[in-house]
Amino acid sequence: MKSAVITFPGSNCDRDMHVALNKFGFKNKMVWHNDNELPKSDLVVLPGGFSYGDYLRCGSMASKSKIMQSVINFAKSGGLVMGICNGFQILVESGLVPGILLRNKYLEFICKNVFVKIDNKDNPYFKNLDKEVFELHIAHNEGNYFCTNDQLKEIEDNNQVAIYYCNDNGKTEEKFNPNGSLKNIAGIFNKEKNVLGMMPHPERMIDQSLSGEDGSLFFKNLINNIK
Amino acid sequence: MEVNEQIAVDHGLKKEEYKKICNLLKRVPNLTELGIFSAMWNEHCSYKSSRLHLKKLPTSGKKVIQGPGENAGVIDIEDGDAIVFKIESHNHPSFIEPYQGAATGVGGIMRDVFTMGARPIANLNSIHFGSSQHKKTKNLLRGVVHGIGGYGNCMGVPTIAGQTSFDSSYNGNILVNAMTLGLVKKNKIFYSKAAGLNKPVIYVGSKTGRDGIHGASMASASFDEKIEEKKPTVQVGDPFTEKLLLEACLELMAGDSIIAIQDMGAAGLTSSSIEMASKGNLGIELNLNKVPCRESKMTPYEIMLSESQERMLIVLENGKEDIAKKIFDKWDLDFAVIGKTTNSKNIELFYDEKQVASIPINTLVENSPMYDRKWKKTKLPKKNLIKKEEFKKFKIKEVLNKILSNPNVCSKEWIWQQYDHTVMGDTIQKPGGDSGVVRVHGTNKAVAATVDSSAIYCWAHPLTGGKQVVCESWRNLISVGATPIAITNCLNFGSPEKEENMGEFVECVQGIGEACEYLKFPVVSGNVSFYNQTKEIGIKPTPSIGGVGLIKDYKQMITMDFKEINNLVLIIGKTEGHIDQSLFARNILNEKNGPPPEINLFNEKNNGETVLQLIKGNLVRSAHDVSIGGIITAVSKMCIKGNIGIEFYKPKYFMSEIEYLFSEDQGRYVIEIEPKNLKKVESILNKNSVHFDKFGKITDKNMIINGKTKVTIDELKAYNTYWLSNYMN
Repeated sequence: MKSAVITFPGSNCDRDMHVALNKFGFKNKMVWHNDNELPKSDLVVLPGGFSYGDYLRCGSMASKSKIMQSVINFAKSGGLVMGICNGFQILVESGLVPGILLRNKYLEFICKNVFVKIDNKDNPYFKNLDKEVFELHIAHNEGNYFCTNDQLKEIEDNNQVAIYYCNDNGKTEEKFNPNGSLKNIAGIFNKEKNVLGMMPHPERMIDQSLSGEDGSLFFKNLINNIK
Repeated sequence: MEVNEQIAVDHGLKKEEYKKICNLLKRVPNLTELGIFSAMWNEHCSYKSSRLHLKKLPTSGKKVIQGPGENAGVIDIEDGDAIVFKIESHNHPSFIEPYQGAATGVGGIMRDVFTMGARPIANLNSIHFGSSQHKKTKNLLRGVVHGIGGYGNCMGVPTIAGQTSFDSSYNGNILVNAMTLGLVKKNKIFYSKAAGLNKPVIYVGSKTGRDGIHGASMASASFDEKIEEKKPTVQVGDPFTEKLLLEACLELMAGDSIIAIQDMGAAGLTSSSIEMASKGNLGIELNLNKVPCRESKMTPYEIMLSESQERMLIVLENGKEDIAKKIFDKWDLDFAVIGKTTNSKNIELFYDEKQVASIPINTLVENSPMYDRKWKKTKLPKKNLIKKEEFKKFKIKEVLNKILSNPNVCSKEWIWQQYDHTVMGDTIQKPGGDSGVVRVHGTNKAVAATVDSSAIYCWAHPLTGGKQVVCESWRNLISVGATPIAITNCLNFGSPEKEENMGEFVECVQGIGEACEYLKFPVVSGNVSFYNQTKEIGIKPTPSIGGVGLIKDYKQMITMDFKEINNLVLIIGKTEGHIDQSLFARNILNEKNGPPPEINLFNEKNNGETVLQLIKGNLVRSAHDVSIGGIITAVSKMCIKGNIGIEFYKPKYFMSEIEYLFSEDQGRYVIEIEPKNLKKVESILNKNSVHFDKFGKITDKNMIINGKTKVTIDELKAYNTYWLSNYMN
């Protein structure tokens, strides 16, 4: 399985994602933001970081960079595109997934483990996952998901919410919401569910010496689904 | 403008220093030249008050590749790998403008590390604020934490450990010390020594602006009520540009184009160009019209003294300009050939085709002033005679609550949750432990790092305090299973022109030196920050020590959380009941006098090496050193982190429970072992003549003290967890 990770100026989780993808069996290529063409890929990842220093709005300048036209075309043709953290912000800014990401409710960067609920399994990312509550890691300043009421209705009608913040029992109450996200939303799909944007970093949870191993489940499942 | 003595004094030079300049040049300097002298001769750049004493520190050892004198120190971690590290202060700017001051402190130290060819892999910091009651403290703390996070997070370098303290002596002068570790291949280390004639001098990075002009001079002066006016001397950081600069520099360094490289830190273009030329015993010629500037009509004076961030100066091999330019273009960074090396041994500056400065480089460096300042010795204070009955009136549980919730002991999670501590995917011990630990990417090795200071002990008796802080660093490394290798130090003191403050400096340095020598734990880099005072009041002497150690197999790393019910808990090292200068004495008895706990270097080394031997023999399940707050504080934290209890008894020593549990005797550790290993552990401890107490046993959910006092884990957590977040919100 082939994957591609895009490096924007200011990306800083690109190497981590490269390491994770290779570890779980992808043949990953790093792609420079100024390139025109994507290499042939089964999965394209927009990694975390601070593309263009988060200037203007997080993700907005990266969403206009050269390679993004190819990424958008790839997504529109049904290719799998995943954006993590800053990558999620880029997806939102490029219109590939609905909504926006505001500053965290308490106006502070948050770096910690959180529990998330994944019960939406009718998609290539989460199909066959045999549990619902995962412990993943977040590290962001702007992860407070927001959209209009109309958009929310559409998102819910289409079953586009991918991931919710919750507690260790899967309860998605407001008090388990780390950043003020609407409806505890931690990740979201496009309508067709081939594009996934999420704040948590599965690539930071891939061996037992790190903060946890639930990221491994995510990647193992993903590559099996793509095969 | 015609230069005269008054203008020199306004630049922070002493009258006699100005005279010396005129004598060395055999003429009156012009304004640009005077600016250059003032930048090179201030305390921050010239170490004029400290050099004499710093020379006495041990700086070499088997593992030392580069000691002090370069951008950072370098140590060998085997297999061709090396760690580059250094700590540096950014105190004055952080008090004036906490966000930018702290942010650029972090940016500056990372630049020092990647200048040497190393990719930064971990950041640490030691930050000290005034009393929590002081009106400025909250905003300063918030600003500093946001600044450190803002810069480090954007760079994608994990912040893995730190230290935060509150003391009223920092009310008018906070401390922000930032430390970075980088990883490099031993044969790809870059230095700042220029070599060869007519080599192109390259400027890369951000454009030069008017920010930070005279930053280094500001950092070398005391504060007064006009401090707000100094805001323009604080630099403004852009971590995005630095991230690009990091990647571009490492890309260029992969080849063989660079002869020498130096970041533009304090005193900007002035010190970077002069240092490279001086080390190579060369001259340097710069055309200032070629310097990329942010604003038009900047004068030579402004260009030379700007402290705009994220800039580097490089001496390239001839003919490599195009290769280098291509890389910097790719990363959207400025690139300009601004001069060349010469054989004149002068720094010569040209602007609009006129020579605007010409100064022999040796006058700026070798001939810079060096002072043997007067200093006053601190006598060891007399011990307080506290009657044994005094201790009986205290209820342990109430005291424990006060100690665990003390601002200097409580959990600092509110701070480190704002730092990305997991990026790069190798953080295996995050903040809140004895040391932060990161794996050496792609290997079985890991590097542990800690930063420590003990201003109270240093204030009570600088010589003992200096030794203590080195020992604490050593212990924190051992507690995670790392073999200590070397330290970096950031020496924060008051005015060297006051005998008391200078005495504190001299004796702390002596103490640091003695401990480093004995423990074979050399100093490889560092920084001195004097004039940490407001008006006449200096801070408590605060040397911050950044220690680095190696864990050969990262699976042998130890954490402090208690692991398993029925395991046994031992206290390693002897408890004498030293209460003076302990948190208990100062905060519960309200007794501020007396000597700090004594340091016995033999025991320190022997206890530490023995604990390490036990760890390497896989006999230790958890470990934590005993420091501020004594045994019970250490044990409480191990319970909280493990979410598990302990039942323990005070050994039958001739001292009260309070003395045993809250005293701050040095050289001690708490370790958890499995019952089946007790015999083996005892025999190793006995063989090495290490004193230990069989202290307790791990139990379910309570701490039970001497069979009578019960504290639940939830109570311990409540005492320890919330002070800081409540205070800040």
